[in-house]
Amino acid sequence: MITVKGLTKRYARTLAVDHISFEVQKGQIVGFLGPNGAGKTTTMRILTCFLPPTDGASNVAGFDVLEQPLEVKKRIGYLPETPPLYPEMEVREYLTFVGRLKGMSGSSLAARVGEVSERCAIADVSSKLLGKLSKGYRQRVGLAQAIIHNPPVLILDEPTAGLDPKQINETRELIRSLAGDHTIILSTHILPEVEQTCQQVIIINKGKLVATDSVHNLQNRARGAESVVIEVEGRDSALDAKTVQHRLETVSGVSRVVFKETLNNRSSFEVESLQDRSIRGDLARAVVESGWNLNELRPTAMSLEEIFLQLTGAEQAGAAAPPPVEAVAQGRES
Amino acid sequence: MRNIWIICRKELHSYFVSPVAYLLLTMFALIFGFFYWNSVGYFNQVGLESQMRGQAFPMSVNEYVIRPLLSNVSVIGLFFIPMITMRLFAEEKRMGTIELLATSPVRDLEVIIGKWLAAVILYATMMLFTAINFAFLFRYGNPDWKPLAIGYLGLLLQAGGLLAIGTFISTLTRNQIIAGAATFGVCLMLWVLEWVAGYETATWAKVLAYMSVITHFDSFSKGVLDTKDAIFYASVIFLGLFLTSRSMESLRWRS
Repeated sequence: MITVKGLTKRYARTLAVDHISFEVQKGQIVGFLGPNGAGKTTTMRILTCFLPPTDGASNVAGFDVLEQPLEVKKRIGYLPETPPLYPEMEVREYLTFVGRLKGMSGSSLAARVGEVSERCAIADVSSKLLGKLSKGYRQRVGLAQAIIHNPPVLILDEPTAGLDPKQINETRELIRSLAGDHTIILSTHILPEVEQTCQQVIIINKGKLVATDSVHNLQNRARGAESVVIEVEGRDSALDAKTVQHRLETVSGVSRVVFKETLNNRSSFEVESLQDRSIRGDLARAVVESGWNLNELRPTAMSLEEIFLQLTGAEQAGAAAPPPVEAVAQGRES
Repeated sequence: MRNIWIICRKELHSYFVSPVAYLLLTMFALIFGFFYWNSVGYFNQVGLESQMRGQAFPMSVNEYVIRPLLSNVSVIGLFFIPMITMRLFAEEKRMGTIELLATSPVRDLEVIIGKWLAAVILYATMMLFTAINFAFLFRYGNPDWKPLAIGYLGLLLQAGGLLAIGTFISTLTRNQIIAGAATFGVCLMLWVLEWVAGYETATWAKVLAYMSVITHFDSFSKGVLDTKDAIFYASVIFLGLFLTSRSMESLRWRS
């Protein structure tokens, strides 16, 4: 539904988007994740034909954004970062205006305005001035505006910004209910939002694509099987990496042991557990009971948050710091 | 065509739900009323004097009242035009609503013409107030309506050109005050350019004087439809709208 190849956008001095390529299948909800200034909004603006790209090709709903912008615009609904509202218009007036702008008219438009107002929970303010609405209502009118013409592609720039927790849940619910018929790209810097609403994640940072994966895979990396890095030191005699590896493999719950390196009589391994097994306690005991020193025992499976932070390079040192060995060795659950 | 009308209606709506339109119409009605009152008073005075001297000469309402008034309106209009056009694009840019227009399936040109048309319609509404005053001339006098009609046509053409320039200037900034002030400056310059013709006869002076929007109104105020002047105004309109569309496009590349 959306294909982006080598998309680049250069402003006077800065490179906002740097050769991004990704694909979005029909009916999917894709989370566009990145810290502020990563290039999310710029990418979305290019996809909506608001900005022309410096280089690269993007195809939305079968049409090229540079070649046939009008055809693309007919097929997208776009909620910019700040909802594009005219303060002097009433909600119903505004939605009718946008509907007309998107090519609707007559009674079908009137019916659709009512339907969309219901769906976005703004029916109770339909004759209020947009300028008088609270932030939450403004955001939802913005969303209503984006879906008024029932477009196959929805591009939402931080759709839940400024909403209270209840409204956030309702909005996510609404977005989820739109999937299937609609292909949705939503940008956010809130991780749980991606976990809850999206099937696919695209992580970008400083204009570069860092990762694109399904939420399922990312969650597996985050939650499922445990993966730890373990470093073992020989105490009195030289350490034989093979022996250690065999010993580790016999610990219950271990599915795989990968030898990494030996340095100064210390060997390190990457150990993966079976699904839903906690192995750190048993590993520590096995090493110590065999008469070796346990130098390091560090979980490598990261939460989505950590994956995100690490991929985007922010606060890397803090997020990836290994927990103290004793604490891990004592408690099985951390 | 449909899209132009959608945009135009929206613009008229925002003129008339805000105090903008009413303020402009009231101010214009007051100012024009004062000009009209003076003009008619002077006409009566001259008429009375000529009768008292016993040598009454034929006086034309068209010549003494309507023509100078139309010229005055064309100058008063210069002051109102910036106030009409300054918000057209500057406000959309500031509010971010330009993103809605630019990502909707409408062409830039449709947006531009729709907005410009709304401005012209607001100006024409202002002209309606002059018509109320002129109606009294028809009630109590016997002026010729054709020169008046041509005068109105000239006013609309002249305003159309200046409104197009104002629309263009409004795309250059997100600050309405800047857009208004710049448009006012340009309108004023286009008015006073003709002054150089008063003391200089070189070609450059003729060119400058020709560019003045006021000189081209003379024929219209006399009730003469001169194609040369009509074409001049049409070119100003075209130039203004063309520059606006270029500016809209560059907006996308720059922003």
